[in-house]
Amino acid sequence: MLRAGLIFKLFRRGAQIQRKRMAMTVAAIAWGTLSIVLLLSFGEGMKRSFSKGSKGLGEGIVVVWANATSKAFEGFPQGRNLRFHPDDVALVRATIPEIVSASGEMRRWGNNLSHGRKSLTKPVIGAEPEYGELRNMIPVEGGRFLNVRDETEKRRVAFVGDELAEELFGEKDPVGETLLINQVPFTVVGVLKKKIQMGMYGGPDSNVAVIPLSTFRSLFGRVYLSDMVVKAADPAENETIKKRLFEVLGAKYRFDPTDERALQMWDTHESQQVTINISLGIQIFLGVIGGLTLLIGGVGVANIMYAVVKHRTKEIGVQMALGARRSYVLGPLVLESLALTAFGGAIGVGVGYGLVRLLGFLQTKANSEALEFMGAPTFSPAIAATTVLLLGTIGFLAGYFPSRRAVAIQPAEALRYE
Amino acid sequence: MLFSPKNGKKSNGGNGEIIAMRALRKVYDTGAIQVEALRGIDLAVHRNEFVSIVGPSGSGKSTLLNIVGCLDVATEGSYLLDGEEVAGLDLDQLADIRNRKVGFVFQSFNLLPHITAYENVEMPLLFKGAGARERRERVETLFEQVGLGDRMHHRPVELSGGQMQRVAIARALACEPALLLADEPTGNLDTTSGKDILGLFEDLAERGHTLVLITHDMALAERTKRIVRIQDGRIVEDRPTSQAA
Repeated sequence: MLRAGLIFKLFRRGAQIQRKRMAMTVAAIAWGTLSIVLLLSFGEGMKRSFSKGSKGLGEGIVVVWANATSKAFEGFPQGRNLRFHPDDVALVRATIPEIVSASGEMRRWGNNLSHGRKSLTKPVIGAEPEYGELRNMIPVEGGRFLNVRDETEKRRVAFVGDELAEELFGEKDPVGETLLINQVPFTVVGVLKKKIQMGMYGGPDSNVAVIPLSTFRSLFGRVYLSDMVVKAADPAENETIKKRLFEVLGAKYRFDPTDERALQMWDTHESQQVTINISLGIQIFLGVIGGLTLLIGGVGVANIMYAVVKHRTKEIGVQMALGARRSYVLGPLVLESLALTAFGGAIGVGVGYGLVRLLGFLQTKANSEALEFMGAPTFSPAIAATTVLLLGTIGFLAGYFPSRRAVAIQPAEALRYE
Repeated sequence: MLFSPKNGKKSNGGNGEIIAMRALRKVYDTGAIQVEALRGIDLAVHRNEFVSIVGPSGSGKSTLLNIVGCLDVATEGSYLLDGEEVAGLDLDQLADIRNRKVGFVFQSFNLLPHITAYENVEMPLLFKGAGARERRERVETLFEQVGLGDRMHHRPVELSGGQMQRVAIARALACEPALLLADEPTGNLDTTSGKDILGLFEDLAERGHTLVLITHDMALAERTKRIVRIQDGRIVEDRPTSQAA
């Protein structure tokens, strides 16, 4: 305790020389810190935007398509086309307990959608009520997604994508309005809340109309599903689910459960992990660039500390002659280096934080899709911790090595130095 | 009283030797050549002695001063300072010995320029680990003794050469050292200030301090009680002066 106090006292007495050079060094550290804060904040923003975007399709869902067999099985030849029946959804739900939610899906392209004088050609999806939650189709306030009664009563109701709604209805609130699908009137019950969707199959959700699966079947006379969407309580169980789907559907449709070509699956949890890894990679890359910039500042600090040590060689010799132990010489110098880095770092973090806030604000005003996709720069506690850790390490090393040189020489030699 | 050395000093083997050097050698190895600065020094300085070490430049007296003050270590031989063997001590142990046992007075004062005279004198007490109150009392007394009570809070640049050397002497005495080591203490002073400082040393010697003065000024050396002459790294003369009587 006494020693720490003494080191601090000596530091306070020593750290008053070479102010101009120190100001420059502080500026260099501030600049380096600013770079790393900005780059990491952009990385964080991008990561969050990616993560949000990858969830646009649905979190941890598995989309399953029936394909064709590639292995002969129980007397059936290979190359047999498979198709799902709507009942298969109930079958997999009943036999695979890991599945907590599932929906069949039918898709049809090139439908005529019209309202008033406006007419468009768009895809229509037939799906069950679970589909909304599975695919993150959240309705704008005042509307809803399809419900069980819509499905059981084969209601002619539609949930429409936000861009489609804007094109057809303009400024008007579409909920409650009539939408003609291939001249059949439907009531709009909800509009998709705008979302960033990075992954898609058959076009973005902002551009489709979703109607109950039962209505879809009677309207278009479809028998088979385009695909199924299933979800586990925990995405970690997706592997089990996938394996069990091969077994359950293989048993029903008589294909080899090891025939990987029979079913095609898209595990969004898996692709989310890839996205997370990519954005993490980008973040590390940005962090390294920022870190290198900060390192240049650190070299500046080390440089000035070498100069300080050289400048004070005789003083250090005097202190040693008076009985200063090595730590009494080392401590204040390291503290001085840490103080320089801390001061520069504080300026850098402060300015960086301000800029991140400002850029984030400007971005929301800019209304650019590219900027939106890149995400608003975000300052997080992790960034603060990384910066502080880097600054601390740099400050310590930049002070330690020069001062170690100072205490390595005999006091007699230090005293001779002019 | 504070100008007197600590009472009841340790016996140090009974003979009261503050400096006890036996066959001391110092070789500077510059890689290409080896320079033997001290070639077997035997020297004993007893408590309360006032000794001057004289010799031309290059004779080895600075090297001897460095080793006596534990600022450097000998290559060979033994050196007991106030009864403690110095050879084999690490840098921190040497620092502690300098702090407790040696007070330095340099030709160029060597006060730290960016702190006040008070803080300069306080520094060895800080290294010693003295408490705040002890430090304050000790420093204030020392300033009174060297006659600079009103100059305590000035920085070295605001003091004259003589005043700076007085501050340096106060600093050297701060931890009540066994040995006061002065290297050409009047070398940078005008005649009057030089006389002043010398008077101060004589006063200290009178009060029982052990003083070793390194100089090339024979007139100054004659004012001490014993002269040790060194040449080419060897002691060539060791005699009492007229002051010894």
